[in-house]
Amino acid sequence: MEKHISGPITKEEIQSLHAGDYVYITGTVYTARDAAHKRMYEAITEGKEPPFDLTDQIIYYLGPSPAKAGQVIGSAGPTTSSRMDKYAPLLMEHGLSGMIGKGKRSPEVLQAMQKHTCVYFAAVGGAGALLSKCIKKAEIIAYEDLGTEAIRRLEVENLPVIVVADAEGNNLYETAVDDYKRTHHFN
Amino acid sequence: MRTIHTDIITKTIRDMCIEANLHLSPDMERVIKEATKTEDGPLGKQIMEQLCENLKIAEEEQIPICQDTGMAIVFVTVGQDVHVEGGSLAEAIHEGVRQGYTDGYLRKSVVRDPLIRENTNDNTPAIIHYTIVPGDTFELLLAPKGFGSENMSRIFMLKPADGEEGVKTSVIQAVKDAGPNACPPMVVGVGLGGDFETCAILAKKALTRDLDSPSPLPHIRKLEEELLRELNQLGIGPGGFGGKTTVLAVNMETYPTHIAGMPLAVNICCHVNRHVKRTL
Repeated sequence: MEKHISGPITKEEIQSLHAGDYVYITGTVYTARDAAHKRMYEAITEGKEPPFDLTDQIIYYLGPSPAKAGQVIGSAGPTTSSRMDKYAPLLMEHGLSGMIGKGKRSPEVLQAMQKHTCVYFAAVGGAGALLSKCIKKAEIIAYEDLGTEAIRRLEVENLPVIVVADAEGNNLYETAVDDYKRTHHFN
Repeated sequence: MRTIHTDIITKTIRDMCIEANLHLSPDMERVIKEATKTEDGPLGKQIMEQLCENLKIAEEEQIPICQDTGMAIVFVTVGQDVHVEGGSLAEAIHEGVRQGYTDGYLRKSVVRDPLIRENTNDNTPAIIHYTIVPGDTFELLLAPKGFGSENMSRIFMLKPADGEEGVKTSVIQAVKDAGPNACPPMVVGVGLGGDFETCAILAKKALTRDLDSPSPLPHIRKLEEELLRELNQLGIGPGGFGGKTTVLAVNMETYPTHIAGMPLAVNICCHVNRHVKRTL
Protein backbone atom coordinates (compact mmCIF):
# COMPACT_ATOMS: atom_id res chain seq x y z
CA MET A 1 0.00 0.00 0.00
CA GLU A 2 1.26 3.50 -0.83
CA LYS A 3 1.33 6.02 2.00
CA HIS A 4 2.62 9.52 2.65
CA ILE A 5 4.05 10.37 6.05
CA SER A 6 5.91 13.25 7.63
CA GLY A 7 9.17 13.47 9.54
CA PRO A 8 9.25 13.70 12.54
CA ILE A 9 6.76 10.86 12.81
CA THR A 10 4.07 10.46 15.46
CA LYS A 11 3.32 7.20 17.28
CA GLU A 12 -0.14 7.17 15.64
CA GLU A 13 1.45 7.36 12.20
CA ILE A 14 3.83 4.53 13.10
CA GLN A 15 0.93 2.35 14.20
CA SER A 16 -0.73 2.87 10.81
CA LEU A 17 2.32 1.50 8.97
CA HIS A 18 2.71 -2.16 8.08
CA ALA A 19 5.59 -4.21 6.74
CA GLY A 20 5.45 -4.04 2.94
CA ASP A 21 3.95 -0.53 2.72
CA TYR A 22 5.54 1.74 0.13
CA VAL A 23 6.00 5.08 1.88
CA TYR A 24 6.97 8.58 0.80
CA ILE A 25 8.52 10.68 3.58
CA THR A 26 8.35 14.47 3.56
CA GLY A 27 9.87 16.64 6.28
CA THR A 28 12.90 16.33 8.54
CA VAL A 29 15.19 13.35 8.89
CA TYR A 30 18.67 13.20 10.44
CA THR A 31 21.67 11.37 9.01
CA ALA A 32 23.92 9.27 11.23
CA ARG A 33 26.03 6.19 10.59
CA ASP A 34 28.76 4.22 12.39
CA ALA A 35 30.96 6.90 13.97
CA ALA A 36 28.09 9.27 14.87
CA HIS A 37 26.17 6.39 16.47
CA LYS A 38 29.18 5.47 18.58
CA ARG A 39 29.50 9.07 19.79
CA MET A 40 25.78 9.49 20.52
CA TYR A 41 25.75 6.19 22.37
CA GLU A 42 28.77 7.17 24.45
CA ALA A 43 27.29 10.60 25.20
CA ILE A 44 24.00 9.11 26.41
CA THR A 45 25.67 6.40 28.52
CA GLU A 46 27.79 9.12 30.15
CA GLY A 47 24.60 10.93 31.08
CA LYS A 48 25.01 13.71 28.49
CA GLU A 49 22.39 14.95 26.04
CA PRO A 50 22.47 13.58 22.47
CA PRO A 51 23.30 16.30 19.89
CA PHE A 52 19.64 16.65 18.90
CA ASP A 53 16.33 15.81 20.57
CA LEU A 54 15.58 12.29 19.37
CA THR A 55 11.88 12.41 20.22
CA ASP A 56 9.79 11.24 17.25
CA GLN A 57 12.75 11.67 14.89
CA ILE A 58 13.82 9.49 11.98
CA ILE A 59 17.49 8.66 11.41
CA TYR A 60 18.68 7.90 7.89
CA TYR A 61 21.78 5.67 7.90
CA LEU A 62 23.63 7.73 5.34
CA GLY A 63 27.08 9.08 4.64
CA PRO A 64 26.65 11.15 1.47
CA SER A 65 29.26 11.91 -1.15
CA PRO A 66 30.25 15.63 -1.21
CA ALA A 67 27.98 18.18 -2.88
CA LYS A 68 29.26 20.13 -5.86
CA ALA A 69 28.57 23.86 -6.13
CA GLY A 70 24.84 24.26 -6.68
CA GLN A 71 23.96 20.83 -5.29
CA VAL A 72 22.23 20.27 -1.94
CA ILE A 73 24.05 17.00 -1.34
CA GLY A 74 25.96 14.40 -3.32
CA SER A 75 24.91 10.79 -3.83
CA ALA A 76 22.73 9.82 -0.87
CA GLY A 77 21.65 6.20 -0.55
CA PRO A 78 21.35 4.03 2.56
CA THR A 79 24.17 2.12 4.25
CA THR A 80 23.82 -1.33 5.87
CA SER A 81 21.76 -0.97 9.06
CA SER A 82 23.08 -3.94 11.04
CA ARG A 83 26.22 -2.04 11.96
CA MET A 84 24.02 0.33 13.98
CA ASP A 85 22.26 -2.54 15.81
CA LYS A 86 24.47 -2.21 18.87
CA TYR A 87 23.42 1.42 19.34
CA ALA A 88 19.82 1.59 18.07
CA PRO A 89 17.93 0.24 21.14
CA LEU A 90 19.39 2.96 23.39
CA LEU A 91 18.44 5.66 20.88
CA MET A 92 14.88 4.27 20.73
CA GLU A 93 14.76 4.42 24.51
CA HIS A 94 15.52 8.12 24.14
CA GLY A 95 12.74 8.77 21.66
CA LEU A 96 14.01 7.70 18.23
CA SER A 97 10.98 6.58 16.23
CA GLY A 98 12.17 5.70 12.74
CA MET A 99 15.25 4.34 10.98
CA ILE A 100 16.03 4.26 7.27
CA GLY A 101 18.70 1.89 5.99
CA LYS A 102 19.00 -1.43 4.24
CA GLY A 103 19.40 -5.02 5.32
CA LYS A 104 18.52 -7.16 8.30
CA ARG A 105 18.30 -6.05 11.94
CA SER A 106 19.16 -7.98 15.10
CA PRO A 107 16.46 -9.57 17.30
CA GLU A 108 17.35 -6.98 19.99
CA VAL A 109 16.57 -4.10 17.61
CA LEU A 110 13.32 -5.69 16.45
CA GLN A 111 12.22 -6.23 20.06
CA ALA A 112 13.11 -2.66 21.02
CA MET A 113 11.07 -1.44 18.04
CA GLN A 114 7.97 -3.12 19.40
CA LYS A 115 8.61 -1.90 22.90
CA HIS A 116 9.12 1.72 21.85
CA THR A 117 6.75 1.82 18.83
CA CYS A 118 9.35 2.38 16.17
CA VAL A 119 9.48 1.66 12.43
CA TYR A 120 12.33 0.46 10.19
CA PHE A 121 12.34 1.47 6.54
CA ALA A 122 14.59 0.37 3.68
CA ALA A 123 15.59 2.73 0.91
CA VAL A 124 16.96 1.24 -2.29
CA GLY A 125 20.63 0.45 -1.80
CA GLY A 126 22.87 1.70 -4.59
CA ALA A 127 20.39 4.28 -5.85
CA GLY A 128 22.16 7.26 -4.28
CA ALA A 129 21.90 9.56 -7.29
CA LEU A 130 18.13 9.03 -7.52
CA LEU A 131 17.55 9.40 -3.77
CA SER A 132 19.62 12.61 -3.64
CA LYS A 133 16.95 14.30 -5.75
CA CYS A 134 14.47 14.02 -2.84
CA ILE A 135 16.75 15.96 -0.49
CA LYS A 136 15.96 19.67 -0.60
CA LYS A 137 18.14 20.93 2.24
CA ALA A 138 21.11 19.53 4.16
CA GLU A 139 22.87 21.07 7.11
CA ILE A 140 25.54 19.63 9.41
CA ILE A 141 24.34 19.96 13.01
CA ALA A 142 26.91 17.91 14.95
CA TYR A 143 30.24 16.09 14.79
CA GLU A 144 31.46 18.09 11.80
CA ASP A 145 34.93 16.58 12.20
CA LEU A 146 33.52 13.21 11.10
CA GLY A 147 33.18 14.46 7.51
CA THR A 148 30.72 12.26 5.63
CA GLU A 149 29.80 10.66 8.98
CA ALA A 150 28.76 13.98 10.58
CA ILE A 151 25.12 14.33 11.66
CA ARG A 152 23.09 16.26 9.10
CA ARG A 153 19.57 17.59 9.31
CA LEU A 154 17.87 16.92 5.99
CA GLU A 155 14.65 18.31 4.59
CA VAL A 156 13.26 15.65 2.27
CA GLU A 157 10.38 15.58 -0.16
CA ASN A 158 8.71 12.31 -1.07
CA LEU A 159 11.69 10.16 -0.13
CA PRO A 160 10.66 6.66 -1.30
CA VAL A 161 11.11 3.91 1.29
CA ILE A 162 9.62 0.51 2.10
CA VAL A 163 8.46 -0.54 5.57
CA VAL A 164 10.61 -3.58 6.40
CA ALA A 165 9.74 -3.98 10.07
CA ASP A 166 6.74 -2.41 11.76
CA ALA A 167 5.98 -1.83 15.44
CA GLU A 168 3.87 -5.00 15.61
CA GLY A 169 6.81 -7.26 14.86
CA ASN A 170 6.10 -7.98 11.19
CA ASN A 171 9.24 -8.27 9.06
CA LEU A 172 9.12 -8.07 5.29
CA TYR A 173 12.54 -9.70 4.85
CA GLU A 174 11.18 -12.80 6.58
CA THR A 175 8.06 -13.07 4.45
CA ALA A 176 8.80 -11.55 1.03
CA VAL A 177 11.18 -14.20 -0.25
CA ASP A 178 8.92 -17.10 0.78
CA ASP A 179 5.88 -15.29 -0.64
CA TYR A 180 7.65 -14.81 -3.94
CA LYS A 181 8.79 -18.42 -4.08
CA ARG A 182 5.30 -19.70 -3.25
CA THR A 183 3.50 -17.54 -5.80
CA HIS A 184 6.09 -18.21 -8.50
CA HIS A 185 6.26 -21.97 -7.96
CA PHE A 186 9.93 -22.00 -7.07
CA ASN A 187 9.61 -24.74 -4.47
CA MET B 1 62.93 -0.79 -22.60
CA ARG B 2 59.97 1.54 -22.34
CA THR B 3 59.75 4.48 -19.96
CA ILE B 4 56.53 5.69 -18.38
CA HIS B 5 56.40 8.81 -16.26
CA THR B 6 54.54 8.76 -12.95
CA ASP B 7 52.66 11.95 -13.97
CA ILE B 8 50.79 10.00 -16.66
CA ILE B 9 49.97 7.24 -14.19
CA THR B 10 48.61 9.73 -11.64
CA LYS B 11 46.50 11.54 -14.24
CA THR B 12 45.14 8.25 -15.60
CA ILE B 13 44.19 6.92 -12.15
CA ARG B 14 42.55 10.25 -11.31
CA ASP B 15 40.35 10.08 -14.42
CA MET B 16 39.56 6.40 -13.89
CA CYS B 17 38.31 7.03 -10.31
CA ILE B 18 35.85 9.62 -11.57
CA GLU B 19 34.73 7.61 -14.59
CA ALA B 20 34.18 4.40 -12.62
CA ASN B 21 31.95 6.11 -10.09
CA LEU B 22 29.70 7.85 -12.62
CA HIS B 23 29.17 5.18 -15.29
CA LEU B 24 28.92 1.43 -15.22
CA SER B 25 30.60 -0.59 -17.95
CA PRO B 26 28.31 -1.48 -20.91
CA ASP B 27 28.11 -5.16 -19.88
CA MET B 28 26.92 -4.24 -16.37
CA GLU B 29 24.39 -1.78 -17.70
CA ARG B 30 23.09 -4.37 -20.15
CA VAL B 31 22.47 -7.08 -17.52
CA ILE B 32 20.70 -4.57 -15.26
CA LYS B 33 18.40 -3.49 -18.11
CA GLU B 34 17.69 -7.08 -19.12
CA ALA B 35 16.84 -8.04 -15.55
CA THR B 36 14.50 -5.04 -15.28
CA LYS B 37 12.49 -6.43 -18.19
CA THR B 38 12.26 -9.97 -16.86
CA GLU B 39 11.85 -9.35 -13.12
CA ASP B 40 8.37 -10.31 -11.97
CA GLY B 41 8.49 -9.69 -8.22
CA PRO B 42 6.19 -6.69 -7.68
CA LEU B 43 8.57 -4.72 -5.43
CA GLY B 44 11.54 -6.24 -7.23
CA LYS B 45 10.41 -4.82 -10.55
CA GLN B 46 9.92 -1.37 -9.03
CA ILE B 47 13.44 -1.49 -7.53
CA MET B 48 15.00 -2.53 -10.84
CA GLU B 49 13.29 0.42 -12.51
CA GLN B 50 14.70 2.72 -9.84
CA LEU B 51 18.17 1.33 -10.47
CA CYS B 52 17.85 2.12 -14.19
CA GLU B 53 16.61 5.61 -13.39
CA ASN B 54 19.49 6.00 -10.93
CA LEU B 55 22.05 5.16 -13.63
CA LYS B 56 20.44 7.71 -15.92
CA ILE B 57 20.54 10.47 -13.29
CA ALA B 58 24.15 9.60 -12.39
CA GLU B 59 25.15 9.91 -16.04
CA GLU B 60 23.20 13.06 -16.86
CA GLU B 61 23.87 14.99 -13.68
CA GLN B 62 27.32 13.56 -12.92
CA ILE B 63 26.32 12.32 -9.46
CA PRO B 64 28.05 9.16 -8.20
CA ILE B 65 25.88 6.07 -8.81
CA CYS B 66 26.25 5.16 -5.14
CA GLN B 67 27.36 7.33 -2.23
CA ASP B 68 29.78 4.59 -1.24
CA THR B 69 32.34 5.41 -3.88
CA GLY B 70 34.45 2.65 -2.43
CA MET B 71 38.00 1.92 -1.55
CA ALA B 72 40.15 2.11 -4.69
CA ILE B 73 41.42 -1.34 -5.65
CA VAL B 74 44.06 -1.16 -8.38
CA PHE B 75 45.42 -4.09 -10.36
CA VAL B 76 48.65 -3.14 -12.11
CA THR B 77 49.98 -5.38 -14.84
CA VAL B 78 53.46 -4.23 -15.64
CA GLY B 79 55.84 -5.56 -18.26
CA GLN B 80 59.33 -6.38 -17.01
CA ASP B 81 60.78 -4.15 -19.73
CA VAL B 82 58.98 -1.07 -18.41
CA HIS B 83 60.85 1.55 -16.46
CA VAL B 84 58.80 3.93 -14.31
CA GLU B 85 60.40 7.33 -13.85
CA GLY B 86 59.46 10.35 -11.77
CA GLY B 87 59.23 8.68 -8.37
CA SER B 88 57.41 5.84 -6.65
CA LEU B 89 54.84 3.94 -8.71
CA ALA B 90 52.72 3.26 -5.62
CA GLU B 91 52.79 6.93 -4.62
CA ALA B 92 51.79 7.91 -8.18
CA ILE B 93 48.74 5.67 -7.84
CA HIS B 94 47.83 7.00 -4.39
CA GLU B 95 48.17 10.55 -5.72
CA GLY B 96 45.82 9.69 -8.60
CA VAL B 97 43.27 8.38 -6.11
CA ARG B 98 43.72 11.50 -3.96
CA GLN B 99 43.09 13.78 -6.96
CA GLY B 100 40.25 11.70 -8.39
CA TYR B 101 38.30 11.50 -5.15
CA THR B 102 38.81 15.20 -4.44
CA ASP B 103 38.22 16.62 -7.93
CA GLY B 104 35.36 14.19 -8.61
CA TYR B 105 33.45 14.97 -5.38
CA LEU B 106 33.67 11.31 -4.42
CA ARG B 107 33.24 10.16 -0.85
CA LYS B 108 36.32 9.71 1.28
CA SER B 109 35.70 6.37 2.93
CA VAL B 110 39.12 5.28 4.18
CA VAL B 111 40.32 5.34 7.79
CA ARG B 112 44.05 5.26 8.58
CA ASP B 113 43.89 2.73 11.40
CA PRO B 114 41.28 -0.01 11.66
CA LEU B 115 40.80 0.61 15.39
CA ILE B 116 41.49 4.33 15.80
CA ARG B 117 39.38 5.04 12.67
CA GLU B 118 40.49 8.52 11.69
CA ASN B 119 39.48 9.34 8.11
CA THR B 120 42.43 10.04 5.80
CA ASN B 121 40.18 12.58 4.04
CA ASP B 122 41.43 11.77 0.54
CA ASN B 123 40.44 8.11 0.18
CA THR B 124 44.05 6.97 0.21
CA PRO B 125 45.74 4.62 0.39
CA ALA B 126 44.59 2.53 -2.55
CA ILE B 127 44.93 -1.24 -2.38
CA ILE B 128 47.37 -2.22 -5.12
CA HIS B 129 48.00 -5.65 -6.62
CA TYR B 130 50.94 -5.99 -9.02
CA THR B 131 51.46 -8.62 -11.68
CA ILE B 132 54.74 -8.63 -13.55
CA VAL B 133 54.63 -10.00 -17.08
CA PRO B 134 57.09 -10.31 -19.97
CA GLY B 135 57.26 -7.44 -22.47
CA ASP B 136 56.57 -3.73 -22.10
CA THR B 137 52.83 -3.52 -21.42
CA PHE B 138 51.47 -1.31 -18.68
CA GLU B 139 47.85 -1.85 -17.72
CA LEU B 140 45.82 -0.29 -14.93
CA LEU B 141 42.56 -1.80 -13.73
CA LEU B 142 40.67 0.18 -11.12
CA ALA B 143 37.72 -1.17 -9.15
CA PRO B 144 36.22 1.11 -6.49
CA LYS B 145 34.75 -1.40 -4.03
CA GLY B 146 31.84 -0.61 -1.73
CA PHE B 147 31.82 -2.24 1.68
CA GLY B 148 28.13 -3.08 2.13
CA SER B 149 28.80 -6.06 -0.09
CA GLU B 150 32.47 -6.48 0.86
CA ASN B 151 31.37 -7.13 4.45
CA MET B 152 29.30 -10.09 3.25
CA SER B 153 32.20 -11.78 1.44
CA ARG B 154 33.60 -15.09 2.68
CA ILE B 155 36.53 -17.50 2.52
CA PHE B 156 35.96 -21.24 2.83
CA MET B 157 38.98 -23.53 3.23
CA LEU B 158 37.34 -26.45 1.41
CA LYS B 159 38.96 -29.87 1.16
CA PRO B 160 39.47 -31.89 -2.06
CA ALA B 161 36.65 -34.30 -1.12
CA ASP B 162 34.18 -31.38 -1.00
CA GLY B 163 34.40 -31.25 -4.80
CA GLU B 164 32.10 -29.28 -7.05
CA GLU B 165 29.19 -29.79 -4.67
CA GLY B 166 31.17 -28.17 -1.87
CA VAL B 167 31.92 -25.17 -4.05
CA LYS B 168 28.27 -24.74 -4.95
CA THR B 169 26.96 -25.18 -1.42
CA SER B 170 29.45 -22.62 -0.09
CA VAL B 171 28.74 -19.99 -2.76
CA ILE B 172 25.01 -20.42 -2.25
CA GLN B 173 25.44 -20.11 1.51
CA ALA B 174 27.45 -16.90 1.12
CA VAL B 175 24.81 -15.32 -1.13
CA LYS B 176 22.00 -16.43 1.19
CA ASP B 177 23.77 -14.93 4.18
CA ALA B 178 24.45 -11.72 2.26
CA GLY B 179 20.74 -11.39 1.46
CA PRO B 180 19.43 -7.81 1.58
CA ASN B 181 22.59 -6.47 3.26
CA ALA B 182 24.65 -6.64 0.08
CA CYS B 183 22.24 -4.61 -2.10
CA PRO B 184 20.99 -7.36 -4.40
CA PRO B 185 21.01 -7.97 -7.30
CA MET B 186 24.64 -8.87 -6.75
CA VAL B 187 27.59 -9.86 -8.87
CA VAL B 188 29.44 -12.81 -7.37
CA GLY B 189 33.21 -13.09 -7.80
CA VAL B 190 34.55 -16.54 -6.99
CA GLY B 191 38.20 -17.44 -6.53
CA LEU B 192 38.97 -21.14 -6.38
CA GLY B 193 42.38 -22.67 -5.65
CA GLY B 194 45.73 -21.16 -4.78
CA ASP B 195 46.04 -20.58 -1.06
CA PHE B 196 44.31 -18.48 1.59
CA GLU B 197 45.15 -15.05 0.18
CA THR B 198 45.36 -15.99 -3.50
CA CYS B 199 41.78 -17.19 -3.70
CA ALA B 200 40.61 -13.87 -2.24
CA ILE B 201 42.54 -11.84 -4.82
CA LEU B 202 41.22 -14.12 -7.59
CA ALA B 203 37.67 -13.52 -6.38
CA LYS B 204 38.16 -9.77 -6.47
CA LYS B 205 39.71 -9.97 -9.94
CA ALA B 206 36.80 -12.15 -11.08
CA LEU B 207 34.43 -9.27 -10.35
CA THR B 208 36.25 -7.15 -12.92
CA ARG B 209 35.95 -9.66 -15.75
CA ASP B 210 33.69 -8.64 -18.60
CA LEU B 211 30.32 -10.34 -18.15
CA ASP B 212 30.30 -11.20 -21.85
CA SER B 213 33.42 -13.34 -21.39
CA PRO B 214 32.65 -16.47 -19.42
CA SER B 215 35.49 -18.65 -18.14
CA PRO B 216 37.50 -20.22 -20.97
CA LEU B 217 37.59 -23.48 -18.97
CA PRO B 218 34.53 -25.56 -19.92
CA HIS B 219 33.98 -27.10 -16.45
CA ILE B 220 34.26 -23.70 -14.77
CA ARG B 221 32.00 -22.08 -17.31
CA LYS B 222 29.41 -24.77 -16.61
CA LEU B 223 29.76 -24.14 -12.88
CA GLU B 224 29.27 -20.39 -13.43
CA GLU B 225 26.09 -21.05 -15.39
CA GLU B 226 24.70 -23.54 -12.90
CA LEU B 227 25.44 -21.27 -9.96
CA LEU B 228 23.78 -18.32 -11.69
CA ARG B 229 20.65 -20.38 -12.25
CA GLU B 230 20.56 -21.85 -8.74
CA LEU B 231 21.30 -18.54 -7.01
CA ASN B 232 18.43 -16.93 -8.85
CA GLN B 233 16.14 -19.62 -7.51
CA LEU B 234 16.79 -18.42 -3.96
CA GLY B 235 14.06 -15.83 -4.54
CA ILE B 236 15.90 -13.08 -2.61
CA GLY B 237 15.35 -10.65 -5.49
CA PRO B 238 16.14 -6.93 -5.87
CA GLY B 239 16.57 -5.27 -2.47
CA GLY B 240 15.85 -8.63 -0.82
CA PHE B 241 12.09 -8.17 -1.31
CA GLY B 242 11.54 -11.27 -3.43
CA GLY B 243 12.18 -11.83 -7.10
CA LYS B 244 14.03 -13.80 -9.70
CA THR B 245 16.99 -11.39 -9.94
CA THR B 246 19.20 -12.14 -6.95
CA VAL B 247 22.44 -12.37 -8.87
CA LEU B 248 23.33 -10.67 -12.16
CA ALA B 249 26.41 -12.76 -12.87
CA VAL B 250 28.82 -15.30 -11.41
CA ASN B 251 32.46 -14.98 -12.49
CA MET B 252 34.92 -17.60 -11.35
CA GLU B 253 38.73 -17.58 -11.56
CA THR B 254 40.95 -20.52 -10.66
CA TYR B 255 44.59 -21.22 -9.80
CA PRO B 256 46.52 -24.43 -9.12
CA THR B 257 46.38 -25.51 -5.48
CA HIS B 258 47.88 -27.95 -2.97
CA ILE B 259 47.01 -31.69 -2.95
CA ALA B 260 45.43 -31.24 0.49
CA GLY B 261 43.24 -28.24 -0.17
CA MET B 262 40.69 -26.33 -2.21
CA PRO B 263 40.47 -22.73 -0.94
CA LEU B 264 37.37 -20.86 -2.05
CA ALA B 265 36.70 -17.14 -1.78
CA VAL B 266 33.37 -15.52 -2.52
CA ASN B 267 33.69 -11.79 -3.08
CA ILE B 268 30.27 -10.25 -3.27
CA CYS B 269 29.59 -7.03 -5.10
CA CYS B 270 26.33 -5.15 -5.37
CA HIS B 271 24.81 -4.16 -8.72
CA VAL B 272 27.17 -1.16 -8.72
CA ASN B 273 30.04 -3.36 -9.89
CA ARG B 274 32.51 -0.69 -10.99
CA HIS B 275 35.70 -1.26 -12.92
CA VAL B 276 37.69 0.63 -15.52
CA LYS B 277 40.73 -0.56 -17.47
CA ARG B 278 43.39 1.56 -19.20
CA THR B 279 46.48 0.55 -21.08
CA LEU B 280 49.32 3.06 -21.21
